[in-house]
Amino acid sequence: MELALASLLNGVTYGLLLFMLSSGLTLIFSMMGVLNFAHASFYMLGAYFGYVISTRVGFFPALILAPLAVGAIGAAVERFGLRRAHASGHVSELLFTFGLAIVIEEVVHVIWGKTPVPYRVPASLDGPLFTLYSSTFPTYKAFMMAVSVAMLAALYAGLTRTRAGLVIRAALSRPDMVEALGHNVPRVFMLVFGGGTALAALAGVIGGNAFITEPGMAAALGPIVFVVVVVGGLGSLAGAFIASLAIGIVQTFAVSLDYSIHGMSLSRVAPVLPYLIMVAMLIARPRGLMGTRES
Amino acid sequence: MRSSAWTWGASAALLVALPLVFRSGFAMSLFCQAGIVAIFALSYNMLLGQTGLLSFGHAVYYGLGALFTIHALNFAAAGWHLPVTLMPLVGAIAGLAFGIVLGYITTRRAGTTFAMISLGVGEMVAACSLMFPGFFGGEAGISANRTLGEPFLGITFGPQIQMYYLVAAWLLLATAAMYALTRTPLGRMANAVRDNPQRAQFVGYDPQWVRFMMVALSGFFAGLAGGLAALNYEIVSSESLSAYTSGLVLLATYLGGIRVFAGPIAGAIAVTLMQTVLASLTTAWPFYFGLVFLATVLFVPGGIAGIVLLHKRLWEMRLARRAAPVYARMALPVALVLVAGVLMVEMAYRASAGVSLRLAGWLLDTRSTGTWIAVVASFVAACLLCRWAWRGARPRWAEVSAAIGDAR
Repeated sequence: MELALASLLNGVTYGLLLFMLSSGLTLIFSMMGVLNFAHASFYMLGAYFGYVISTRVGFFPALILAPLAVGAIGAAVERFGLRRAHASGHVSELLFTFGLAIVIEEVVHVIWGKTPVPYRVPASLDGPLFTLYSSTFPTYKAFMMAVSVAMLAALYAGLTRTRAGLVIRAALSRPDMVEALGHNVPRVFMLVFGGGTALAALAGVIGGNAFITEPGMAAALGPIVFVVVVVGGLGSLAGAFIASLAIGIVQTFAVSLDYSIHGMSLSRVAPVLPYLIMVAMLIARPRGLMGTRES
Repeated sequence: MRSSAWTWGASAALLVALPLVFRSGFAMSLFCQAGIVAIFALSYNMLLGQTGLLSFGHAVYYGLGALFTIHALNFAAAGWHLPVTLMPLVGAIAGLAFGIVLGYITTRRAGTTFAMISLGVGEMVAACSLMFPGFFGGEAGISANRTLGEPFLGITFGPQIQMYYLVAAWLLLATAAMYALTRTPLGRMANAVRDNPQRAQFVGYDPQWVRFMMVALSGFFAGLAGGLAALNYEIVSSESLSAYTSGLVLLATYLGGIRVFAGPIAGAIAVTLMQTVLASLTTAWPFYFGLVFLATVLFVPGGIAGIVLLHKRLWEMRLARRAAPVYARMALPVALVLVAGVLMVEMAYRASAGVSLRLAGWLLDTRSTGTWIAVVASFVAACLLCRWAWRGARPRWAEVSAAIGDAR
């Protein structure tokens, strides 16, 4: 019981972090039709920027500044790279972001080296928040949850309640009509791409010190985020939310439970579980949980 | 028909003659590597170029083919009767079998979703390799010895040159088979499914079935390449089915050009050269590799084959004289951008390692701000010069490309 509750809380924290990544990916995909292969690389950049800014200025400024800086890089990538690749179709865009992921990883190698950097949880958020039976729940995990939920609420309110959100949602379905009404659709795309990468960077700032900040973190998390988006249904924010939590919880439970089936412990199967879920979903319901599109 | 017979004959003659010209051991292993990557990249282009399927997990078939071959090699050493010459077929059949199983899952969706699913399936198999180190060999890998059994006509596959001729023979066979496939109704339907699945469906073909067939068959050839790799290196590790290998074959194929059948062969040669020659020159080669790929996607979507075809057409249409001034005008600015860019990258890598850049007697201090400002400024200046030169050259280039376009 105690273990189950602790695992559940950890799983929800991890799931919310996954959702911060998959929401940006989904937003970019449903707006521009671009699958951003480099999305996890922006997550990694967020973690490294968070590390640099938090050691120079402080953690809380980093929470704002790092996503802004990464968002600006993302917007520049859209403006000067993706927009050009867009002319030759979706495959070119996907390949462009694939190449970008390689280049970003190399740049991180050069600037910060190949070993993990000492990015730590700030002292004010270090320590236990409350004790559950005999195990403690760290304050920082609660902080991570709070930031993700706040971001979620802000994203939802921004998309449904503001004028800018209205234009974004309109550009999603009828870009030509929105353009005819006098809105600059390419600029909206640029802002959405910048915004999506900034969300990924925010996840990096709060996730980098909870887990580990190293050059391999993008390659490790990227496929999981893709799995989340496929399981949730391409282009569906609600589906991505459910899938993020489900995969976060399943993976955390698999690691913490100590069962073994046919001599193979569950924790060794854990890395394969998300992919097995994806394959099962594809066989049972190819469009994903909440997906509406066929391809 | 005559000209294509000539092409095949010349290719075969070239493959036979290569080791007579380049005798060094380095060249020999380079050729073997390039030949294996060429088969792998051609099999990948059956998906990307011919069927329009972008896969991020093609190394699965290659890696599993290699694994089954290396196990078969070890079984053969223990008493199985299977000649080494036919050993790559074990890999090919394994690739086909996994292509059938995994293709059934991955081809349920096309387009962007297929790309994501192929990545997921690739990661799944790669993760399995950590779960079952006995079969997959883990990071240390599984090794075997390809010189087994009685020598047949004096062939033991001990010397690298004998391995080279084995790779060359399989390369020729596999290339011919894959080329023949593009001429069959299935190959034609794959192109139709790539261009317009809806209309292909109206003709009476199920696009999903066509995609499935292509994935399974390309798994066969990828497995063949893997089998040859197992024989060539005599070791297979979990890297051979990792995302890294999947990325590499994608880069090689796209760099070579996906719209021309022989494009991936050019890409395979280019990538092999980068991996060996460039890697021996600089530690920054993955960075250059990424940049070359980005530049290909943005500026030359046709790849190496596209560039060659363009110039062939320029020559045939006697437009070379009109295009020459553009080249003359752009040569120096582009060269300057490249030199300054390479200097900047090399300095960054040196600075990261904490050493200075030694260049023909010069010593560039990578820690001094002044050096950095000078290098970055010269790079920016070169870029501006390039942009200015291109502004002047663009009208003429537009004229030339319009003339080519008219002729089509």
